[in-house]
Amino acid sequence: MATETQDAAGAAQAPGMPQLDFSTFGNQIFWLLVTLVVIYFVLSRVALPRIAAVLAERQGTITNDIAKAEDLKAQAADAEAAYEKALADARSEAQAIAQATRDDIKAQGQAAQAEADAKIAAKAAESEKAIAEIRASAMENVEVVAKDTAEALVSALGGSASKADIDAAVTNRLKG
Amino acid sequence: MATESHGADEGGLVFHPMDQFIVKPLMGDGPVSMFTVTNSTLWMIITVLCVIGLMVVGSSRRAIIPSRVQSIAELAYGFIYKMVEDVTGKDGVKYFPYIMTLFIFIVFANFLGLLPRAFTPTSHIAVTAVLAMLVFVAVTVLGFVKNGAGFLSLFWVSSAPLALRPVLALIEVISYFVRPVSHSIRLAGNMMAGHAVIKVFAAFAPMVLISTGIGLVVTPLSILAITAMYGLEILVAFIQAYVFTILTCVYLKDALHPHH
Repeated sequence: MATETQDAAGAAQAPGMPQLDFSTFGNQIFWLLVTLVVIYFVLSRVALPRIAAVLAERQGTITNDIAKAEDLKAQAADAEAAYEKALADARSEAQAIAQATRDDIKAQGQAAQAEADAKIAAKAAESEKAIAEIRASAMENVEVVAKDTAEALVSALGGSASKADIDAAVTNRLKG
Repeated sequence: MATESHGADEGGLVFHPMDQFIVKPLMGDGPVSMFTVTNSTLWMIITVLCVIGLMVVGSSRRAIIPSRVQSIAELAYGFIYKMVEDVTGKDGVKYFPYIMTLFIFIVFANFLGLLPRAFTPTSHIAVTAVLAMLVFVAVTVLGFVKNGAGFLSLFWVSSAPLALRPVLALIEVISYFVRPVSHSIRLAGNMMAGHAVIKVFAAFAPMVLISTGIGLVVTPLSILAITAMYGLEILVAFIQAYVFTILTCVYLKDALHPHH
């Protein structure tokens, strides 16, 4: 310990700053120039071109990958558009089918109703006809009964009239 | 026993904050000649090895998805490349390898210098002055080669009133020649000051061994101060490399486009 301290103290005998010890300048400058030349050649011949190439290659790879990704994105967008279109088509088709079915059913219903209406109308007409017939026959019967009754009444009252007169009178009266 | 008396003579604390900057031969004890391998040389060599490790070995797999080391190498590349491009414009990009060399050397020398017992080549004015003069001379020559006499318009502020222009030209010329001085002293000064301050605090740290009473206060404080300074120095190590590099880019821009 002691000797080390003394050695250090002894070495420090050089006065002033070691930076201003001109006897070492030539040595330092020589080795500095050697160092710089070596570094320059190492950098300019090997390291810098290599790093530049690596950086350029990486840039290229990144650009390619981005282009590829954009391509894939466009494909995905296309696929999505196609899917959307298919979906829309299917939906509109389904709607058309539903509409057609609905129309069909409506038409059938209307046809059935029209048929029923027609049947009902026919039935009604038939019934009316029957009623008219019945009414006509009833009127006829009324005339016959009225004529008979009139004849009977005339004869019962002691009068006598020809059958033709009575008929005409009754007919007249009925019309009146 | 001798130690204690010796220690008492010096007040018990050894202050040699500048010793860490002494350039000495790595082997033997002789004088430092031109080609002697010194501690400064050793750390320059370690700097070169680290640069190779990061920039060459780190990027050797050429991975599309980079490893951590390769990421750092790419970050350093991108950082300086963008700086050169932003500050000097497109036509400055061809000087990128030179600027990258400066940056990577300074940043590694600064950071390696922060290792305990390491030597910091960039704390020496001899080194930073050469770096700054390389930039200054290169930029000046480039300015005249690219623009001819038009480079002198850098000193002729055409947007100022005519009467002021000669005065401004004088100031511009002086500031132009002061550039390498400030450029180099800024880096060496920052590195030296931080390391010296840490060393001063480090000298206070063993106080508790000498005097228990005052040492109980001083020792924890100085250790705390060392830690704080070290954190600051990590920041400074990067910022000074960044500042040196971006100033180089600014000077290069002046050489390529001298018109204000």
